Amino acid sequence: MAAGVATWLPFARAAAVGWLPLAQQPLPPAPGVKASRGDEVLVVNVSGRRFETWKNTLDRYPDTLLGSSEKEFFYDADSGEYFFDRDPDMFRHVLNFYRTGRLHCPRQECIQAFDEELAFYGLVPELVGDCCLEEYRDRKKENAERLAEDEEAEQAGDGPALPAGSSLRQRLWRAFENPHTSTAALVFYYVTGFFIAVSVIANVVETIPCRGSARRSPRELPCGERFPVAFFCMDTACVLIFTGEYLLRLFAAPSRCRFLRSVMSLIDVVAILPYYIGLFVPKNEDVSGAFVTLRVFRVFRIFKFSRHSQGLRILGYTLKSCASELGFLLFSLTMAIIIFATVMFYAEKGTNKTNFTSIPAAFWYTIVTMTTLGYGDMVPSTIAGKIFGSICSLSGVLVIALPVPVIVSNFSRIYHQNQRADKRRAQQKVRLARIRLAKSGTTNAFLQYKQNRGREESSSGEEQVLCVRNRSAFEQQHHHLLHCLEKTTCHEFTDELTFSEALGAVSLGGRTSRSTSVSSQPVGPGSLLSSCCPRRAKRRAIRLANSTASVSHGSMQELDTLAGLRQSPAPQSRSSLNAKPHDSLDLNCDSRDFVAAIISIPTPPANTPDESQPSSPGGRASSTLRNSSLGTPCLLSETVKISSL
Amino acid sequence: DVAWWYYQYQRDKIEDELEMTMVCHRPEGLEQLEAQTNFTKRELQVLYRGFKNECPSGVVNEETFKQIYAQFFPHGDASTYAHYLFNAFDTTQTGSVKFEDFVTALSILLRGTVHEKLRWTFNLYDINKDGYINKEEMIDIVKAIYDMMGKYTYPVLREDTPRQHVDVFFQKMDKNKDGIVTLDEFLESCQEDDNIMRSLQLFQNVM
Repeated sequence: MAAGVATWLPFARAAAVGWLPLAQQPLPPAPGVKASRGDEVLVVNVSGRRFETWKNTLDRYPDTLLGSSEKEFFYDADSGEYFFDRDPDMFRHVLNFYRTGRLHCPRQECIQAFDEELAFYGLVPELVGDCCLEEYRDRKKENAERLAEDEEAEQAGDGPALPAGSSLRQRLWRAFENPHTSTAALVFYYVTGFFIAVSVIANVVETIPCRGSARRSPRELPCGERFPVAFFCMDTACVLIFTGEYLLRLFAAPSRCRFLRSVMSLIDVVAILPYYIGLFVPKNEDVSGAFVTLRVFRVFRIFKFSRHSQGLRILGYTLKSCASELGFLLFSLTMAIIIFATVMFYAEKGTNKTNFTSIPAAFWYTIVTMTTLGYGDMVPSTIAGKIFGSICSLSGVLVIALPVPVIVSNFSRIYHQNQRADKRRAQQKVRLARIRLAKSGTTNAFLQYKQNRGREESSSGEEQVLCVRNRSAFEQQHHHLLHCLEKTTCHEFTDELTFSEALGAVSLGGRTSRSTSVSSQPVGPGSLLSSCCPRRAKRRAIRLANSTASVSHGSMQELDTLAGLRQSPAPQSRSSLNAKPHDSLDLNCDSRDFVAAIISIPTPPANTPDESQPSSPGGRASSTLRNSSLGTPCLLSETVKISSL
Repeated sequence: DVAWWYYQYQRDKIEDELEMTMVCHRPEGLEQLEAQTNFTKRELQVLYRGFKNECPSGVVNEETFKQIYAQFFPHGDASTYAHYLFNAFDTTQTGSVKFEDFVTALSILLRGTVHEKLRWTFNLYDINKDGYINKEEMIDIVKAIYDMMGKYTYPVLREDTPRQHVDVFFQKMDKNKDGIVTLDEFLESCQEDDNIMRSLQLFQNVM
């Protein structure tokens, strides 16, 4: 709760006096507050610097070190002060948090040290105030990134020493992934790199027309056909090495399926496959065309370099992350191309011997013009064509020149941002969850308290002290206040889960309940737990009760207990279902001023609800099992008198 | 907090003479307050420190009231009830509650006689301060109280629950069945009810 709220508790509780005449049930007694000594000044000695503050100030946040009884561990009886052996400069901020409710982040301190102090004093970093939150997060992120980089570099460098019993597979895989680990891996790394280069160069060179020493043939042959054997040998050698590497990687991979699906392995396969296909395909004219096409794929060997170059990998990743921008560029270009091609085609239609034979043919002209290439193989001849052509080239500059710098700047921005965005998103989820948790902490505290109380009742008085969670005086009074509100309105606080369950049950029961207005109204909530099958109702009751529900007798099932006390014998009844089950027989020993009257759910045949008489403070208790949906009531009612006043 | 003050100023432009946001109010002396209320000096000190912490200007306005009350009832919406409470605290209808008003009301509620408490409660229910409580006022109050329960209640809150509650209440309080409850009827009915009498003692030890 915010600062100072604890001091307003008396006001809130006093204002509850306004509910009193409306309360239809007697309100619970106030918690016995231990003899409070009134406010006093505490001395907190942090490494020699003394801080003095009111006890109430520290009590504002009972779930921190200073606000809870944990500080008693640091109490020095001789000097009468609390001694902490921590940084006094940081403590100033912590103490100010108690005073003002806002946690500020010191500018000149290391963020790590600040975090440690917060952790020590039990403060969640989410409490940092809005004024300092941005800076705190940035600094923390910077720090974390730097640490992560250091870690990565360390890992990439030597890496942790392998366990002695590691298999050949693991060693091989590590050698492949981190070539710097051993000399053999390094050698292998460089050898494969060399052969990739050789293979790529061979592919390039074999198409160059080269002159033989003896100018025998009139036409120039490409080198590949002049020295087929040499090139074939080189190709074979490279492919052998690549195949060997691929098989070794496949063998060493910890997860073969994942390896098979990874991009790098696909590139490897595509690089070596054409060779094998070429080997097994007979050299006849029909297929050799296709075979030649396959050779194109050999160029993919160049992508194998991406294992050797970090930059290539980053580029590929950035392209992937920029896909939307690129897609937009492509889309807008396509639109413009289609528009201009159409216009140019129709503008040049009349001319004879024109190049613009169709719209797709005009595409080429549009692209060349818009990208300001201007080959000149297609030019418009009509005036209209020239006008539109110039418009096309002008707009080309705009359409292309505008998004491209944006994309380029996007590259660097998106790249860095992407790295951070994922981390930030993960942190945000956690932060929101923690804030929600802290907020619901107070609301859940009350529900928890009620559950605990339910459990208490089944145990004897002495055990109560042990059972009850240690709550501060403030919490006790606050819960008492909420309890009074419940009693005033005859409704209870629940959490979302039970509420939605109840809602579902109401709609189920409402549809099948009888129509008499008198009995259906109070029955509405009453039929919440009625269902076709007693076992299901029992399960639901147990779930709702959230603690051990007792089954009293064999055939009987205690659904739940209802507490209600009406002031006057009005025809309408008020019944509220308390989800606190307790053994009906044990309540007599309850010393608290707690009424647990149980009102029976009216049965369909009976029009007048069978209720407790207003004169008796206790109520007649009956647990009934109502079966409204089937219409055949399997009623079992029993009245157990419970008086616990 | 400058933005907050400005917002308040905009809202209260109608009552120009009461630029309470700019005014800093200091309460009367401690001795006087001690004489006027049923609190001891130490209790007044504690109360004032909390008050001053939350409202450095020395007066509470309705917004702060609502915020404070909302923190105690996080499940539901406490603003309507806080509004009625504020009107009950603000006896002079100035739109702001000074520390003296605050402490006087608390003194009645926590340390006052049964009669005084019941009279204060009657004043709370009487929204238009005409000396009578009619059904509409009661329904408003009861609705406000039910609003504080929030959505997740068990059993599920229905539309006519407040109305039923008010009917029960009126049946008890309205002796001559004329549709309104006067102060005397209220006092009489409450004093007849043991539960209410007993509950009135509940908040004695609040300090």
